[in-house]
Amino acid sequence: MGDILGLLLGGFAIALEPTNLMLIVVGCAVGLFIGAMPGLGSVNGVAILLPVTFLVPPTGAIIFLGAIYYGAMYGGAISSIMLGIPGASTAVATTFDGRPMALRGDADKALVTAATASFVGGTISVVLFTLFAPPLADVALAFGTAEEFALMCLAFATFIGLGGDDIPKTFFSIFIGLVMSAVGLDIVSGQPRLIFGDITGFLHGINFLVLAIGIYGIGEMLWTIETSQKGVTVSQANVTLKRIVEGFKTMGATLKTTVMGSFLGYFVGILPAAGATPGSLMAYGVARSLAKDPASFGKGNPEGVAAPEAANNAASTGSMLPMLTLGIPGSPTTAILLGGMVIWGLEPGPMLFIDHQGFVWGLIASLYAANLFALIINIAFIPAFVWVLKLPFTLLAPLIFVLCLVGGFVPTLDMHDVWLMLIFGVVGYLMRKLDYPMAPAVLAIVLGPLAETSLRQTLIQSSGDIFVLFQRPISGPLMFIAVALFVWPLVKILWDRRKQTAK
Amino acid sequence: MRKADLIMALAMGIFSIYLMWKSAELEIGWIDEEGPGGGAFPFWLSAGMLLCCIWIIVRWVRRETEVSRSLEPFMEAGAFRLVAVVVIALTTMVGLTHWIGMYLSIPLFLLFYLRVLGRHSWLQTLSTALLAPVVTFLFFEIALRKTLPKGITEEWFYPLYDIFM
Repeated sequence: MGDILGLLLGGFAIALEPTNLMLIVVGCAVGLFIGAMPGLGSVNGVAILLPVTFLVPPTGAIIFLGAIYYGAMYGGAISSIMLGIPGASTAVATTFDGRPMALRGDADKALVTAATASFVGGTISVVLFTLFAPPLADVALAFGTAEEFALMCLAFATFIGLGGDDIPKTFFSIFIGLVMSAVGLDIVSGQPRLIFGDITGFLHGINFLVLAIGIYGIGEMLWTIETSQKGVTVSQANVTLKRIVEGFKTMGATLKTTVMGSFLGYFVGILPAAGATPGSLMAYGVARSLAKDPASFGKGNPEGVAAPEAANNAASTGSMLPMLTLGIPGSPTTAILLGGMVIWGLEPGPMLFIDHQGFVWGLIASLYAANLFALIINIAFIPAFVWVLKLPFTLLAPLIFVLCLVGGFVPTLDMHDVWLMLIFGVVGYLMRKLDYPMAPAVLAIVLGPLAETSLRQTLIQSSGDIFVLFQRPISGPLMFIAVALFVWPLVKILWDRRKQTAK
Repeated sequence: MRKADLIMALAMGIFSIYLMWKSAELEIGWIDEEGPGGGAFPFWLSAGMLLCCIWIIVRWVRRETEVSRSLEPFMEAGAFRLVAVVVIALTTMVGLTHWIGMYLSIPLFLLFYLRVLGRHSWLQTLSTALLAPVVTFLFFEIALRKTLPKGITEEWFYPLYDIFM
């Protein structure tokens, strides 16, 4: 325990360096801005802005992106409440009660409730994170290639078993992501493979950022252009210091719900397929069923704002736990952060806690600070963010496209990647319209190289016996859970059918 | 929607067969002392993609999913036109970059988007279109030291290099 405290203090020394502190403040503000824009969430912000972070060292870069991640979780609530349109999918549940509150003139109260609940959720989850991460990393240090591969299978299996999307389309998304990660030079023999028609641009492989910016930058903007054709009305927020102080007073009433949402969100957030969106929806559901007056939910009950907002912030921290300790991202946003670490020259996984203590603990400490700054900036600048909502999308969209173009070029300095990004964006957008989930593909292209290496090494060690994965003490249970999750939806379909025919 | 669902599954099915064929250029079986060949991983995954496509088509035939039942158009005509214009503008911007470089293609794209699609005032349009490349240059070229493609405009930047580099 003392160890952790010492490391955390060391982390604060790094996070509070002037440059890093500035990055936290700017990151929170940018994140709030991105979160408040309808349609854009943390994953879009992190994907589009990752190339910008090459300016600072890795620790500063991840601190900045972590602050964006947090800020966006706060910001999502702003447009949910003021427009009735979720600022990001993670803030869907916030519209249920936030919008009715705004319509009856309590927009400021809803915003303050959302901000304070986010703060509590963020803080509880960072404390949990601080306590869980080091022991988990210790356990993970003992993992061999078989365990690594089993963990990745488990991560993908959660998409099938818990994702709730169309099953063959989810499988497809995982496979295509993995195949794309295999393009380039074969890691073992060094031979080129899948370099379609000897296009030299494929020799350096498909950078995950090309896919991420394509889907979460270009694809997302096209999606928003299509869906946001209709006009929207912005609610008026009457923000005075007195009313904000009043808002804080109601915090006591929602505290129990907030704490519940925080714990729920944190643990749901750890699972790769679940994360902030289902976490916040579940928290909303639980809050309603535990409430004394469930009927008041959906009509502007502050608890209905507090629960999902606490949960989505907690989930974003939760998703960082497996990313840092195991090298398996807990959400699409952390998948992009993980890919970023590879670009910065760090090897994700438990070794980070030994080789790059400053990086890990600087990040953890920065999350405490980001949480506080996001709260302050959020409440202090509510009028500014309401103004953001009135910005015409036709001004913002082209600027984001330009940022995607430059951002797609910069990591490899190759126009080939920009073309590829454009194709991924358009095709990804069309596939998304047909219910193909995109997150599994992004996770797969990030994890692909590691998955292939660990599988091949495991097979070489066992001279081709794949069942060794099921026999080792840690990878065995992991594989069994993974297989169970893969098979679960099939069992459910058959079960439903039998029930129907029985009727 | 129903038609689009089938077309996408068929296209992706064909694409996976192509990927399998390309992967098979490397050894896809077991090599003694070396483990699985370099083509094995992508080959079997592409095979998985193909299976998924077949599965999707089977579900399409039996109308098991929502999209496969939906008779609504894939896109409304107005939305389609808007998205198509944006995609064409983007493609043009990327294409032009090879020839006239980013510092001309970006303002042209912004000019078109803001003025024609956004109907913003000339003041807003021009200030954004001129400011964007300047900020891009200062941030990426000066601060990050990443050279962006300039095409035929390369010469124009020599005086700037003299000042900043």
